Amino acid sequence: MNTIILVIIGMGLVTYLPRMLPFVLLQNKTLPPFLEGVLKNVPYAILGALIFPKVFLIQKDPLFGTIGAGTAIILALTGANVIIVVLGAIAVLSFYSFMF
Amino acid sequence: MLEASIAEGKTSSFKLGLQAGSSIAIGYFPIALTFGLLSKTTGLSLLETLLMSLIVYAGASQYMGLSLIAAGTSPFVIILTTFVVNIRHFLMTAALSRKVEEQSKFKRGLFAFGITDETFSVLATRKGKFPLGYGFGVTSIAYASWVINSGIGYVIGANLPQFLQASMTVALYAMFIGLLVPSLKRNVKVLFLAAISAGFNSIFIGFHVMEEGWSIITSTLLSAVLIEITETYKRKKRVEER
Repeated sequence: MNTIILVIIGMGLVTYLPRMLPFVLLQNKTLPPFLEGVLKNVPYAILGALIFPKVFLIQKDPLFGTIGAGTAIILALTGANVIIVVLGAIAVLSFYSFMF
Repeated sequence: MLEASIAEGKTSSFKLGLQAGSSIAIGYFPIALTFGLLSKTTGLSLLETLLMSLIVYAGASQYMGLSLIAAGTSPFVIILTTFVVNIRHFLMTAALSRKVEEQSKFKRGLFAFGITDETFSVLATRKGKFPLGYGFGVTSIAYASWVINSGIGYVIGANLPQFLQASMTVALYAMFIGLLVPSLKRNVKVLFLAAISAGFNSIFIGFHVMEEGWSIITSTLLSAVLIEITETYKRKKRVEER
């Protein structure tokens, strides 16, 4: 077996375990209210960290990510569906990089 | 008769899940396409590219894996770095654990494979608990899209015009924004949670305080804990004032 396949299997394992373990082990546990509250906050906090600052760094030109993020935020604020937000950001950036 | 109605309930929640997941499937299209394209330029075969999407199934890790393979990094370091990038999944699956109405450990274990940043965000920002059939609907359409589009990207990605290749790199982030903003409009607490973790993460990464994987986890925890402390304090104060 070549090294790349081994690397892929290893990467698969260390990706699957953090997904599976808490999901199977914590199923019927009642946690202290404070911890419960923290876990409820996680989804929103993690989205903030997944978006910023990396969205500004997707291309060498930082304006590129800024325009993309700005378009997505405006579209999402108008209540557009996620698909429209994604395709809209791509469309605006295509126009931008086509023009400049 | 009873069995039939139960089976019907299952299909319809699976179908509803497929519908909810279709936005992820479309969002994955440009991201997976770009992955396939990068994989080809890194020198992986089509089989290796498909295997990576089938077995690893994690956008951030796969992009990172490619750049480490290209740099000639040792397998052990690649796998360790992947683990660090994925530690955030511990937080996510712990948070999602009680939202699923399913007792079978095997089914839960199987379902857990399909939890990504995107499927998690769709499922976790949904109000209340959901049946596993719904969850499988969301994850299976996303998974299929990820794997198929990685292959398509490998085969045809390089033929796409340059401006389109560049603009598609925003897809992942636009999707996160599209998932976050609706909850943010409903509740100002969400705005604080996202802004505080974004702030910490920008500082940690901007000043090279820690690697990205650790930075995301630390910023998320700091924000989630700080907001919870503030909330608990406010609640106590309200009780005392009464």
